[in-house]
Amino acid sequence: MSMITLRDVSKTYGDFRVLSGCSTSVSKGEVVVVCGPSGSGKSTLIKTINGLEPIDSGNITVDGTAVSSPTTNLPLLRAKVGMVFQHFELFPHLNIRENLALAQIKVLKRPRDTALEKGAALLERVGLSAHAEKFPGQLSGGQQQRVAIARALAMDPIAMLFDEPTSALDPEMINEVLDVMVELARDGMTMMVVTHEMGFARKVANRVIFMDRGEIVEDADKNEFFGKPRSERAQQFLSKILVH
Amino acid sequence: MLSGFDFQTIVNALPYLFLTGMTFTLTLTLFATIGGMIFGTLLAVMRSSDNRILSGIAGGYVNLLRSLPLVLVIFWFYFLVPFLAQWLTGSSSPVRVDPFWSSVITFTLFEACYFCEIVRSGIQSLPRGQTLAASALGMTDRQALIYVILPQALRNMLPLILTQTIILFQDTSLVYVLSITDFLGAAAKIAQRDGRLLEMYVFAAFVYFVISLIASQAVKRLQKRVAIIR
Repeated sequence: MSMITLRDVSKTYGDFRVLSGCSTSVSKGEVVVVCGPSGSGKSTLIKTINGLEPIDSGNITVDGTAVSSPTTNLPLLRAKVGMVFQHFELFPHLNIRENLALAQIKVLKRPRDTALEKGAALLERVGLSAHAEKFPGQLSGGQQQRVAIARALAMDPIAMLFDEPTSALDPEMINEVLDVMVELARDGMTMMVVTHEMGFARKVANRVIFMDRGEIVEDADKNEFFGKPRSERAQQFLSKILVH
Repeated sequence: MLSGFDFQTIVNALPYLFLTGMTFTLTLTLFATIGGMIFGTLLAVMRSSDNRILSGIAGGYVNLLRSLPLVLVIFWFYFLVPFLAQWLTGSSSPVRVDPFWSSVITFTLFEACYFCEIVRSGIQSLPRGQTLAASALGMTDRQALIYVILPQALRNMLPLILTQTIILFQDTSLVYVLSITDFLGAAAKIAQRDGRLLEMYVFAAFVYFVISLIASQAVKRLQKRVAIIR
């Protein structure tokens, strides 16, 4: 069953075509890694899925709901799709406990106690129970990103979108975040991940999408992609980032 | 020069100066700050909105009021509003407006423009990712504003808001044009009555100076305590 479907999605900023005719789909429980050179439109693509980036043409459905339809209740849809950002975007004026509880209370209308309990359980899952009373600014980047993942999970999402979750992190903190994501993938979460971490892709991805200049150049099974990418552009990209 | 300086005049005038004058000044400052903050935040939200009509109305209002001298607005309100009220209510004679409430409304409308610009720059200074993150969690624009954006914007801007309040405290002395007995008005009345202009105006300046100085020192201390750790 297809959880996320993109059909012929295009978007321009003035004269610049950020996305051009992108089509793909993500099934329930599938982990799809999106990679490509910077400026290839991968971050834009992932943000169109929960409607943070409007599109000019084509259509996107998430769990059967058309994202760009004017009658769609976007907040309702977004509440079901978790998103993790490059720069974490925790709320700096709230402590970790409140960061985890806020949307549960205001959006899902959960009772405060339930929300706090759920937050505490997820904080434990990402190994940060000791930091519940701290503010985001008191945590390291890796810790903040783990909290951000927990915050998204607290909404009981049907799928998770990751927009370069490790690219703002110092190298020594990347693994602690990837570990949480690997565990999440193994638990069967439907995930779409924009990342350059090919190790992560090899380990847990089912499929890899390669983008360049706003187009989906390659959309292949993981083994096929790493074994022998069909397109020359993907080959070049892989040789550049796998060489070291 | 100070040999003729009559401290006794000041001492005798203290109850009147503070109980009547300063009470009025502080009450007006308090009401206008609260009113100006509420209205100013509303204007800031309107001005930051994607809705062209809303932001246009708020922008026009702010630019209009900021282009007028405060004294003129005070005058205008006090002398013209009774006629406006008469016209609106269809009453037979101009509706009398209490000078205190007239000043509160004038200062609220005027200060709201300054608070609006402060709050707006607070909103603009926040990374766009904060709004995106709130949206991604399913919050409506209103929820994002109330729970994520405004708390941060107001906290970041608190020192500026308080500094503007200190300026407002000084500006309230302009109500003298309505012959209201605020602190300066009270000092002026004693000065005229006793023929002690030097003593009263020096003392009034001293009091404004001390209060403003203490308040701005307090703001500096507060600034360190409320800053959001990033």
